[in-house]
Amino acid sequence: MQIELEKIFERPRTLRPVTTHYCPGCGHGIVARLLAETIDELGIRERTVGIAPVGCSVLLYNYLDVDMYEAAHGRAPAVATGCKRVNPKLVVFSYQGDGDFASIGTAEAVHVAARGEKITTIFINNAVYGMTGGQMAPTTLEGQKTTTSPLGRNLDQTGYPIRMAELLTTLDGAAYIARVSVNNPKSIIQAKKAIRKAFETQIRGLGYSMVEILSQCPTAWHLSPIEATKWVEEKMKPYYPLGEFKTPEEG
Amino acid sequence: MEKRFMTGNEAIAEAAIQAGCKHFFGYPITPQSEIPEYMSKRLPEIGGVYLQAESEVAAINMLFGAAGAGGRVMTSSSSPGISLMQEGISYLAGAELPCVIVNIMRGGPGLGGIQPSQSDYFQATKGGGHGDYHLLVLAPHTVQEAVSLTMEAFYLADKYRNPVMVLGDGYLGQMMEPVKFEKATTHGELPTKEWILTGAKDRPPRVIKSLYLDPEALEKHNLRINRKIHEMIKSEVRVETYLVEDAEIVIAAFGTVARIAKTAIKALREKGVKVGLVRPITVFPFPYKTFEEITERVGKVLVVEMNLGQMLEDVRLGVCGKAEIRFYGRTGGMVPTYDEIAIEVEKFARERR
Amino acid sequence: MGKIVIDENACKGCELCVYACPLHLICISKRISSKGYYLAEFVDPDGKCTGCTLCAITCPDVAIEVYRKKKSGGKS
Repeated sequence: MQIELEKIFERPRTLRPVTTHYCPGCGHGIVARLLAETIDELGIRERTVGIAPVGCSVLLYNYLDVDMYEAAHGRAPAVATGCKRVNPKLVVFSYQGDGDFASIGTAEAVHVAARGEKITTIFINNAVYGMTGGQMAPTTLEGQKTTTSPLGRNLDQTGYPIRMAELLTTLDGAAYIARVSVNNPKSIIQAKKAIRKAFETQIRGLGYSMVEILSQCPTAWHLSPIEATKWVEEKMKPYYPLGEFKTPEEG
Repeated sequence: MEKRFMTGNEAIAEAAIQAGCKHFFGYPITPQSEIPEYMSKRLPEIGGVYLQAESEVAAINMLFGAAGAGGRVMTSSSSPGISLMQEGISYLAGAELPCVIVNIMRGGPGLGGIQPSQSDYFQATKGGGHGDYHLLVLAPHTVQEAVSLTMEAFYLADKYRNPVMVLGDGYLGQMMEPVKFEKATTHGELPTKEWILTGAKDRPPRVIKSLYLDPEALEKHNLRINRKIHEMIKSEVRVETYLVEDAEIVIAAFGTVARIAKTAIKALREKGVKVGLVRPITVFPFPYKTFEEITERVGKVLVVEMNLGQMLEDVRLGVCGKAEIRFYGRTGGMVPTYDEIAIEVEKFARERR
Repeated sequence: MGKIVIDENACKGCELCVYACPLHLICISKRISSKGYYLAEFVDPDGKCTGCTLCAITCPDVAIEVYRKKKSGGKS
């Protein structure tokens, strides 16, 4: 008796059927899919505008079937602000890496949250500058070797890694702040919930929303994809604890 | 159309609103803060948005987002702030986004001073940011002209899909003069904006970007922008000539200095000195041809600026050796008086070739 | 009960699905894709796959489609 099978998992409509430039095992690819699934489920593809700045994140505009800007390094929150202020009906999100959000664009990150701008930021924290070949970032951990901290990050010289989720939580304009990760299926499922809540926060006009996503970068960390997911588990999560730091209900 | 007595800064802001500007992103800096102040009061009255950014870097990028969403948008700042905006301006030109940027110049370099100056001429006309691009740069010399040129700037920005700069200075920004706000009737029809981001509804998604990793594509993109710049050079040059028909010596000056030069010329003409003025109104595209033609018969050109010789180089390119050129400049916020200019003209006029 | 189909154009041989599958039904084959990746392969001779989608969820390249027995609405 032929058992009839139905397809229960496939590429989301908003994710273009193209192969990405992301390295094998990279977390960006997973987040791009979660974003597309969220956009489909909320039925907002036709009024969503994304901003991808400089970094591995930039080519997202080739992968998502939505209107998008490519912005200057660190300035995506400002571009998102300008866009949303002109057309408040749009659902606007910035998709930024740690170099972009925690380094050059820190002022934009703090002020977009302080303003309670009704946009969403998806912040990919992979503890390095990926696109440019694995340099140290403000999120690089102590002792972590990168191309600009070859002997391992020395805190005496470079200071301390920045926890952006906790930093922005102190700002009243922030309505939803969470940190998640995509280094294993369970975390990916949690990450999706957070991304959805962030977009819902925006759509309900409750203020600024940001999801920080710990993401494996096998190439720059010189690890295999599976080892990289373990590195996220054993090294990143202790320093960058997961959780919802702020949610609209309890404000 | 009644006249209103306003400062240059406020008149520029009102002109922008009358031209349909509904979104302004700025940051405080002397001597132009009255523009954001005025906007913060007026824009909410007409359902517009005034937003004070955390820095000029953020402001120019907000402009990028707002222009990309189809807004008629403006920012303003003064010299140090305009320097912070240079990267964003290059991105705006690269992404072909129309917007108006007002620079109320002050003394530089560095923190410099807060008095008027013209020492950002190179930055404005030769492109202060990276890459092959140009701003269309309009330089008013009265508050009324600042009004008309600001309105014109929005039209030209949309016409060329390129940022346009209104280049004033602290003198022009702070002084008060009666002005009228009349809509220019010469503006032709503008194409609808098929490229703005409104959400991919019933159409394929659009991307606003300046990134072209493939060099062939980037060269093609550059050549397309360059065609627009050549179109500007062909049809957007604006220049005023004043009493040059019988002139034996000509002053070359723009903005506030040109206005002071006119007073010097009146005084000199009363003493029988045949002197005239060539005043570039667009400092990009620069009126080289005017200088070429005038120096067919005028042998002496005195360039006067509030800097140490910047427009001077463009005048040299226009004159192309056909006349003797002298320069007189005050800088750091010092404004030349008309009799200072008159003395320089007479000294130059007495020189035997 | 269920099965998966791996798109050999999309797979980059990153192995994450291999570790995600609770029943170890995916391995990295010796076959190389046109892009030079060792391809993931679904090996389920005994039909143990439940269609739990964990492999597809963890795949960074959306290379896996998952199928599961249709709920026959009460019929056996």
